[in-house]
Amino acid sequence: MTRKDLGLGLLLVVIGAITALLNPLFLSTVNLLNMANLIGLFGIFSIGQGLIIITGGIDLSVGAMFALLGVVFVDLLVNYEVFWPYAVLIVLVAGLLLGALHGVLVTRLGMQPFVVTLCGLLIYRGAARYYTQDGTMGFGYAGDLDTLTWLASGRSFGIPHPFLALVVVALVVGVLLHRSVFGRYLYAVGRNEEAARHSGIDTRAVVVGAYLLGGLLAGLSTVLLVFYTSSVSPSSFGNFYELYAIAAAVLGGCSLRGGEGSVLGIVLGTVLLQILQNLVNILGIPSSLNFAVMGSVILMGVLADQQLGRRRAALATA
Amino acid sequence: MTGAAPILSLEGISKSYPGVRALNDVSLHLMPGEVLGLIGENGAGKSTLMKVLGGVVAPSAGRIRVGGREWSRLTVADAQGAGIAFVHQELNLFDNLDVAANVLFGREPLRGGPLRLVDRAAARARVAPLLARLGADFTPDTPVAALSIAQRQLVEIAKALAAEARIIIFDEPTSSLTLAETARLLSVVQELRAAGTAIIYITHRLAEIVDCADRVVCLRDGRMAGTLARHEIGHATMIRLMIGRELRALYTPPARPPGPGGLRAEGLVTTAFPRATADLDIRAGEILGLAGLVGAGRTSLARTLFGLDPARAGRVMLDGRPLRLASPRDAVAAGIYLAPEDRKAAGLILSLPIAENVSLASLRRFARFFLLDRQAEREVAERQARALRLKAPHVGVAAGTLSGGNQQKVVLAKWLSMAPRVILFDEPTRGIDAGAKGEIYALMRALADEGVAILMISSDMEEVIGVSDRIAVMHEGRISGILNRDLFSEQAVLRLAIGQTEEAGA
Repeated sequence: MTRKDLGLGLLLVVIGAITALLNPLFLSTVNLLNMANLIGLFGIFSIGQGLIIITGGIDLSVGAMFALLGVVFVDLLVNYEVFWPYAVLIVLVAGLLLGALHGVLVTRLGMQPFVVTLCGLLIYRGAARYYTQDGTMGFGYAGDLDTLTWLASGRSFGIPHPFLALVVVALVVGVLLHRSVFGRYLYAVGRNEEAARHSGIDTRAVVVGAYLLGGLLAGLSTVLLVFYTSSVSPSSFGNFYELYAIAAAVLGGCSLRGGEGSVLGIVLGTVLLQILQNLVNILGIPSSLNFAVMGSVILMGVLADQQLGRRRAALATA
Repeated sequence: MTGAAPILSLEGISKSYPGVRALNDVSLHLMPGEVLGLIGENGAGKSTLMKVLGGVVAPSAGRIRVGGREWSRLTVADAQGAGIAFVHQELNLFDNLDVAANVLFGREPLRGGPLRLVDRAAARARVAPLLARLGADFTPDTPVAALSIAQRQLVEIAKALAAEARIIIFDEPTSSLTLAETARLLSVVQELRAAGTAIIYITHRLAEIVDCADRVVCLRDGRMAGTLARHEIGHATMIRLMIGRELRALYTPPARPPGPGGLRAEGLVTTAFPRATADLDIRAGEILGLAGLVGAGRTSLARTLFGLDPARAGRVMLDGRPLRLASPRDAVAAGIYLAPEDRKAAGLILSLPIAENVSLASLRRFARFFLLDRQAEREVAERQARALRLKAPHVGVAAGTLSGGNQQKVVLAKWLSMAPRVILFDEPTRGIDAGAKGEIYALMRALADEGVAILMISSDMEEVIGVSDRIAVMHEGRISGILNRDLFSEQAVLRLAIGQTEEAGA
């Protein structure tokens, strides 16, 4: 656990305690489980975003990917009556392919990640809306989806499955990022690509790897999100979610310059964002202020981290 | 010109950095309408002296007099105000702006009162006659990005003229120019001189000095080595001034003669010099010095051998077997390693701990079922740190906290922990203090004695002559000569470096 993660954890406890004091409902089981569910949903693709940010890139397209993959997924299940494991597999593979596309455009053709994924955002959102002629897709009288519904939105031991999924993803990616060769390469490439190349590392493959993982996690998130809302309206589904993910990653200690960040930090960042949302609801703050509160807290958090970091650096050299 | 007051005089300029005396009591003067040639080897102090004149570096002692005013140190604004302008080796132009915007940068003609709009028509009208005077074949509204290096240089000169510079310093202006472009630049210099501008002309190309200089000043090891009047200027006299220093005994002979293997490059064409081919033979067990002037293509050759830059033609063989070097990965797999010139940018990841820098190139070795064995990683780093006598509290500290010499040792530790066959050292001791230098030399010798083929690129003449078993000299992308140890002399190296054959310079 880094100092950054520790600081973030403390901030979480403080904000949580304040909220709980102001409104005891915050700690009610219903509220906590509801929050856990949302943390699971948002955390998974935030981790994917974080991996890409660690390479020095960014993915603006995840929200639109949810819409496109979401309508395809529902269409496969409802209209084509594809056996659900195949439908899930197709969505995961489609996520991987989109990630591969971004990675290749960034590494082989030297395009800027911001531009590539901004165009992705526009294209996928447009494609999703065209695909359904802007109509909302729901499950209606689809066949036997009980198993999948239970898997994606049910509970085990009282804990929502998306949260359990996040725990598994965080453990796997955490080990990958912090204990594996690939993870070490990812940090090296994000921090100093030139030196990594001088060490004989295939830097382009490493970057593509991050986009692949990001795409895969976006695919997984699509499945969970579709069952959370149980319908997909292509113009609003997943709207702004890329910004939640970027916010969680940055709040969690990822630097947009690359080479910095941890899985634990990203998860804590996600938790903090959800607590803030919850705080707005539960304290009766007008929900129109939702974004403003989020923005202010991120701004202050990053500013505080920077100032503390500077003071620490000054102390270290003194 | 006798009797006239000098426009510039430097008196007793010294500059010390911790452990280094870059300038030691340098005095020179410059008359209006005079071209002063400034020569000296790499590291003789020319750049530092010019930085003093530009106001970038404050001298530790001495006086600077320009026109009627005197300073003990200049600021950049002082230098510009006094009419000193530079035409640099690395051009300082904004290539996203047009010619007129660059020439008048900071003194744009304005209109629109408080809106402070740039009067583009007036700017073009002011720049056009300057370009005409320099014989430029482009217009003020040409984007700089569309210009050749030679044309950009004219823009730099126009900028100096627009600033009404009385002293223009040309710092290696022709290093990237063709012969025809060089001739034209020299005629511009003549034109400026005729108009009364004082010029300091710095170059390694002695022929240009013979062509254009009225007087020559030579620096050596930060001191004045001598002055030549117009009629004394010649290749032989200048070379004699540039060298002439006792070499300290650095040389340790190899334990045994070089083996049969090694790295061999045949007809190698690098991207930097597409019209020149280089042949090089680095034998296992020897230290081959690679000398040459800055920009002669030495780094480019090393980058090509390490797979960083693609070879345009030619082949590379290790122990007689041809190699495919499409990326550093191929080179590393073959046991060819590079200790790059820019350690901080390319050799290390400064924010990572020493241990992680050491393991970076061989990380797969530490993978146990895809997880890293960090204990083993640490042990290897510690073993290397001990062997190299690395001065660091422990291998967990960030590489960026170490001194230059210790950073270089971390770069070496990375390669020595693997199985080196060939190590390419690019300026291995730049920015490293004397004690650590000796350790690096001893290390190179020990590696050579273990059968590693070593290439040492160096601009430090003492080092090249003192450490190498043989010296290859590069000039404009090709190997202009190879010297065996019995033929080593600064004179011989310098002659080959400026592109002369043995006979012509004698």
